[in-house]
Amino acid sequence: MTSVLIAALALILMGVAYQQGVSRSRALAGASRLHSRPQYHGAFLALWATVPLLFVLLIWVVTSGMIQDWYIASQIPAEILPGTTEYASAAARLRNIASGFGVAGEIAPWEAEAGEGLARFMTILRLSIVALGALLGVAGLLVMRARLSPRLRARNHVETVIKTVLIFCSIVAILTTIGIVVSLVTETVRFFTYVSPVDFFFGTVWNPGYSTTSNEASGSYGMLPLLAGTVMISAIAMLVALPVGLMSAIWLTQYATPRLRNVIKPVIEVLAGIPTIVYGFFALVTVGPALSAFGDFIGFGINATSALTAGIVMGIMIIPFISSLSDDIIRQVPRAMRDGSLGLGATKSETIRMVIVPAALPGIVGAILLAVSRAIGETMIVVLAAGNAPILRFDPTEPVSTFTVTIVTALTGDADFASPQSLVAFALGLTLFVITLMLNIGALVIVRKYREQYE
Amino acid sequence: MNATPDTSPMGANRIIPSAPASSAGAESRISARDVTVHYGEKQAIFGVSMEVPEKSVTAFIGPSGCGKSTFLRCFNRMNDTIEGCRVGGEITIDGEDIHRPSLDVVELRARVGMVFQKPNPFPKSIYDNIAYGPRIHGLVKSKAETDALVESSLKKAGLWKEVSDRLDQPGTGLSGGQQQRLCIARTIATGPEVILMDEPCSALDPIATSIVEDLIHELREQYTIIIVTHSMQQAARVSQKTAFFHLGKLIEYGETEQIFVNPREKQTEAYITGRIG
Repeated sequence: MTSVLIAALALILMGVAYQQGVSRSRALAGASRLHSRPQYHGAFLALWATVPLLFVLLIWVVTSGMIQDWYIASQIPAEILPGTTEYASAAARLRNIASGFGVAGEIAPWEAEAGEGLARFMTILRLSIVALGALLGVAGLLVMRARLSPRLRARNHVETVIKTVLIFCSIVAILTTIGIVVSLVTETVRFFTYVSPVDFFFGTVWNPGYSTTSNEASGSYGMLPLLAGTVMISAIAMLVALPVGLMSAIWLTQYATPRLRNVIKPVIEVLAGIPTIVYGFFALVTVGPALSAFGDFIGFGINATSALTAGIVMGIMIIPFISSLSDDIIRQVPRAMRDGSLGLGATKSETIRMVIVPAALPGIVGAILLAVSRAIGETMIVVLAAGNAPILRFDPTEPVSTFTVTIVTALTGDADFASPQSLVAFALGLTLFVITLMLNIGALVIVRKYREQYE
Repeated sequence: MNATPDTSPMGANRIIPSAPASSAGAESRISARDVTVHYGEKQAIFGVSMEVPEKSVTAFIGPSGCGKSTFLRCFNRMNDTIEGCRVGGEITIDGEDIHRPSLDVVELRARVGMVFQKPNPFPKSIYDNIAYGPRIHGLVKSKAETDALVESSLKKAGLWKEVSDRLDQPGTGLSGGQQQRLCIARTIATGPEVILMDEPCSALDPIATSIVEDLIHELREQYTIIIVTHSMQQAARVSQKTAFFHLGKLIEYGETEQIFVNPREKQTEAYITGRIG
């Protein structure tokens, strides 16, 4: 509510300030030439009117929870000690009463009173925040309006603000990444207080015992069966995607006429737009049974849900990825290289095999690594089609399980989030993150090296 | 406008009789008759006819976009590799029509080699750059033969002394001038009769340019060379015959000395004296 109000206020202030800046600087322009155009004066004033307001809003967003907690702490009777479950539930009840959400059971008189008090306190606080923001905005507007002059370098000031906003945006992305990594690491460390890292990283049995009575670790948490499943499915996917993707890229760049390419390329890229869950159905309903029937036909048992099914369908999913990346990379090979080879009397396919592909190879390897990191992180297809059997074996016709599938099962059950059965998801997630990070860095290094070659 | 109608193939040949003794007896190896080139709807070459004499250097000059490079690319059918490009008219080499259906374009390009504007060595070793052509055409059967061919090609291109101790290094690591001579050596290795050069010195510094020009001078004794150049001084230095192109038409073709000293066409004179182009 407060946020909406402040946003509306900010918009109004911004409009007024801009208008003021433009008209006032126009008036000033009569005397001497302006350093910056009136629009910049307008933008300059608009920024001074809204930035303080938004700053207040930001502080409110960050601190309102803390202020509320502080008020609640002052209302809860002293016999309920902070840090206990009783305390947490009392605080939650107060919050729900204040917001009108309602609570289960009888409301004690002190609770009703405290809840009402909390609601009143927060309303007053909100209104004063809005008032403070408005005051600061108007003050900014008035003070800076007085400072408008023909020599004011409004254009340069606006430039500085734009630069700051851009820096801020990139910091948001970086902070988010750091936040994710930190939360993964802390939960993983918690998991390792239950299960030793050696057992986790080198254990060959995955059989977490589910206990409803305690948070103790029971069963075994060896990740090697999951790693084997992940690697096997990714390898099968690459075996499918690499030849098909690369060859279609070669055909598209070297042989197809522009008209045909304009039709075929978007069609291939449609594959990339299909949601992975749909690939999952396709694997489960079509590919799995078909493979199984084919297995029976040649007298070879293939499970409908198996590493093979998941791998093949994942490979199909990755084809457009490989083909469009390779397409770009092959296109970057200078035409002079191709002409040089053709000019010596090489045929098109000789030129592709002996000059273009070798020249594009580092880039293609980078594309492959990126594709592998996608395959490893892919979830929905394997959830549906791999069979979820976390057993260490190397037969692709049998069901397997992967990191991603196990993370899904660990977090979607009704186990307590503090139990090792759930916490293992974070350890698996971190391992997955490190693997894909390595692959991506490897790919980036290779791709960068390749770029230097032609520039 | 151009006084020579582009429909008359004889327009260009009229000038030849003034040739001095050196090329008077030379048999014409390459002849183009009424060649036209279209890029899509746009016509780039308008009915060009000329006879290129054997074992000599013929220079194509003219302002940018006049079609000289496009015309050069007709002789080894490199225009085939450009989408939407159509070539009309007739080009014969040793009396054989290079557009006849039975002609193997791959073999044609081995006989009519090409050196490009920017040095374009493959990202392979110097040795493999030279051996590339002979290998794909099956000209060499053993390692020893390949070694010998690489050595002789590099020697002909005047590069052997500079690179003989580092044949396994990448060709892209050489200097610009060395790279261009490597490309010439690579072309020589497939045993061509004709070498087409498309502004071979435009990306080189003056010293490298003069080395390549000396090389062209030597190669003239064995090969028929056609060179496209932006530099009139270069055309004057290296060629025996010069053709001046303007807006896709052959304006004047004759002995280099005559073109530069005593041009017959006003446009040629204007270009040579720097008034157009």
